[in-house]
Amino acid sequence: MYGWLQALFVLALLVALHVPVGDYMARTLDGGRHLAIERRLYRICGVDPDREQDWRHYVLALLAFSVVSIAALFALLRLQGSLPWSLGHPGMPWELALHTAVSFTTNTSWQNYAGESTTGHLAVMAGLGVQGFASAAVGMCVGLALIRGLVRRSGTEIGNFWVDLVRSVFRVLLPLAVVFGLLLICMGVQQNLDGAHAVNTVAGGTQTLIGGPVGSWEPVKLMTGDGGGFFNTSSAHPFENPSSLSNALEILIMLIVPTAFIRTFGRMAGNLRLGWTLLIVVGILFGLLLAAGNLAQSAQTGTVAQAVGAQMEGTETRFGIPGSTLFGVSATASADGALNSSYDSFSSLGGGVLLAAMMLGEIAPGGTGSGLYGLIMIVLIAVFLGGLMVGRTPEFMGKRIGFSEMRYVVLYSLVSPALVLTFTGIAVGLPAGVSSMGNVGAHGLTEVLYAFTSSVNSNGSAMAGLNGNTMFYNLTMIVAMFVGRYLPIVFVLALAGRLVRQQPVAVTAGTLRTQGVSFVVLATGGALIVALLNFLPALSLGPLADGLLG
Amino acid sequence: MNRLPRWLAHHLAAVRVVVVLTLTVGLLYPLAMTGVAQAVFGHRADGSPVDKDGKPVGSELIGQSFTGTDGTPIRRYFQSRPSAAGDGYDPGSTAASNLGSESVVDVLPTPGEPDSGKLSLLTQVCERSKAVGEFEGVSGARPYCTSDGVGAVLGVFREQGLTGRATRVVSLNQACPATPFLPVYEGVTVGCAQPGTDYGKALIVPVRGDAPALPVVPADAVTASGSGLDPNISPAYAALQAPRVARERGLSLDTVTELIKANTDGRALGFLGEPGVNVLTLNLALDRES
Repeated sequence: MYGWLQALFVLALLVALHVPVGDYMARTLDGGRHLAIERRLYRICGVDPDREQDWRHYVLALLAFSVVSIAALFALLRLQGSLPWSLGHPGMPWELALHTAVSFTTNTSWQNYAGESTTGHLAVMAGLGVQGFASAAVGMCVGLALIRGLVRRSGTEIGNFWVDLVRSVFRVLLPLAVVFGLLLICMGVQQNLDGAHAVNTVAGGTQTLIGGPVGSWEPVKLMTGDGGGFFNTSSAHPFENPSSLSNALEILIMLIVPTAFIRTFGRMAGNLRLGWTLLIVVGILFGLLLAAGNLAQSAQTGTVAQAVGAQMEGTETRFGIPGSTLFGVSATASADGALNSSYDSFSSLGGGVLLAAMMLGEIAPGGTGSGLYGLIMIVLIAVFLGGLMVGRTPEFMGKRIGFSEMRYVVLYSLVSPALVLTFTGIAVGLPAGVSSMGNVGAHGLTEVLYAFTSSVNSNGSAMAGLNGNTMFYNLTMIVAMFVGRYLPIVFVLALAGRLVRQQPVAVTAGTLRTQGVSFVVLATGGALIVALLNFLPALSLGPLADGLLG
Repeated sequence: MNRLPRWLAHHLAAVRVVVVLTLTVGLLYPLAMTGVAQAVFGHRADGSPVDKDGKPVGSELIGQSFTGTDGTPIRRYFQSRPSAAGDGYDPGSTAASNLGSESVVDVLPTPGEPDSGKLSLLTQVCERSKAVGEFEGVSGARPYCTSDGVGAVLGVFREQGLTGRATRVVSLNQACPATPFLPVYEGVTVGCAQPGTDYGKALIVPVRGDAPALPVVPADAVTASGSGLDPNISPAYAALQAPRVARERGLSLDTVTELIKANTDGRALGFLGEPGVNVLTLNLALDRES
């Protein structure tokens, strides 16, 4: 009962907050004047903020920024030992440094290392933290570009990448980070520059407490879809998430920007009703996932759960099982990938729900920016199918969705299943892939499937029993994360480039309306069918087999 | 600038933007936050340290072990939950067990090398339940656990592999020469398990036994937390430990119960999360009392 009350409370707060935040984002991100300080910044960077880009140059700028980011982060992690604030930690080995650099730049933040024993304060603040902001902003840029493609009525430009990037970071993410960071620190998240210091415990032993700038890291980790913990156990660690109140706030922080982006879309499209319609679709999908997760976690089907009397392994007392399930579903449905409990120790079906949330393409509400463009892709599929079914011209917001547009949509939606299933197949076929499993049998397969689903979909949450810090997993995951992030982005921007050139067609009686119950059913069904068709066989062999046969 | 090819211009801009972001959101932001946090929320920003007799003994947010140097629990103190962080409550290597709900078969250690095996989650739960039961003087029985504190799991070999008559039955978690928890299964005598033998062909059959569905030892007492640093135990586990602590310290049960109440964090706003008893602050309060 308390669990549902908690979920309703957080979600009601989210819906209430998404309106002002979304409106603010629409006002401040698109058009309008540059601030004087921003103009200076553009001059320093050698960027002309008033010159917009067509989709090719937008892609080029985005990829250039991402490659430079990876290189910079790689260098920082490699050289950590010779830089200040390393807390005595040496540089990472090259494959781990490259994995981490790609992981944070692609907004995945899968960590093949434990923060407390690997990264110093400089690497966290000036390396991982910067990419937390930047990678989220990149997702927002792509979302903005696609919206412009749909909204604009002529021309070839879809915006200026540098302006979108700078505004996303400084006008949206940074102010929110300051507010949320101070709130979390007020609730007990530590914020200092101490290193490790030993104390003598009450029982006469010693304990080494580890300080650090956790409070400034936490909102970045949560809000930007980043998800990587300051410490190994992320938001299960009491210094990252000290109380049930901070837990509720952290769930809200994970969901706020992607959800507000739906409102931003409605605002920019001049059609708030469309925003609400899409929010309902997202709400239904999230509600289904949460209900399934709660049922699976409270049913106690597993042998150990029955022996214990609750699905308590890997769960913190202060959050309880419902608080962990809500956090888990929010982290996987939002592309954030943080954790406040051990997902590996979730019930088989509960873990399957987290997998399904990612396999849905992270659209409920998905990552910062990436959630919205993923959602629009699903809507385009739904509109296209709906149009074919009733013999109407498929169109969305006045733009025809013909063969060449659908080509990009289909390519987009094939990237994730193709990569996930190929890499999982390779991993379970090779001794190097199998030997890393932390559990045996079907649960071991689930761990591997989870790892690649998380990597390709830029989620970053883990079933942490799998030992990912091997040459095999470092290298395969680098490819999975890089391709899984940027190839879909290229397809989205190409689509935006096509759409922006289209003259909108007049709305007629033959136009499929993008509102009302039938559209909601169509879009929700479209999302579920696409995900199920792609992943049901893999889910059957992993979590379903584990839960039903185990 | 404009004469450069576009791709090169992009890269130059990219380098500069990365530098600018590193200086602003990478350094200025966390350092300014540190300054404000230290000025306004000093105690919390420092990680909520707690003192005893003027000396720091830990953080009220981070759980500790209350065991002697040999690992045995100290009877005067409330005990924390099991922990998978290092050797227990080690903030230098926070971790969960990451074992799933079907982790039920042990890898038995080869004789003479006690560290060579790997306990299943089920056996860990059974072992802890038995130990806590003995420590508190109550029954440690749990479903799917043997009375000697391992997972009650049979490996059943059948005629046609998955189906047919049972031909051979082994109690997988009971190393020879242990007496199997069940003498006979489907008419076949149950044997003990030989370490190092591969029983992979056998069907795995956990046996529930007749323990009550709600054991006396609470769930949080037999499971490791997500961080390995859980500062709390459930009010039920605190209540189970209260008589022992009261006895050891010569305090009345009422006094101890009052202290438990004073060190319990309820649900935030009345409905968020679960109530938890802070073990470290409770034990410190007890030390002040007696």
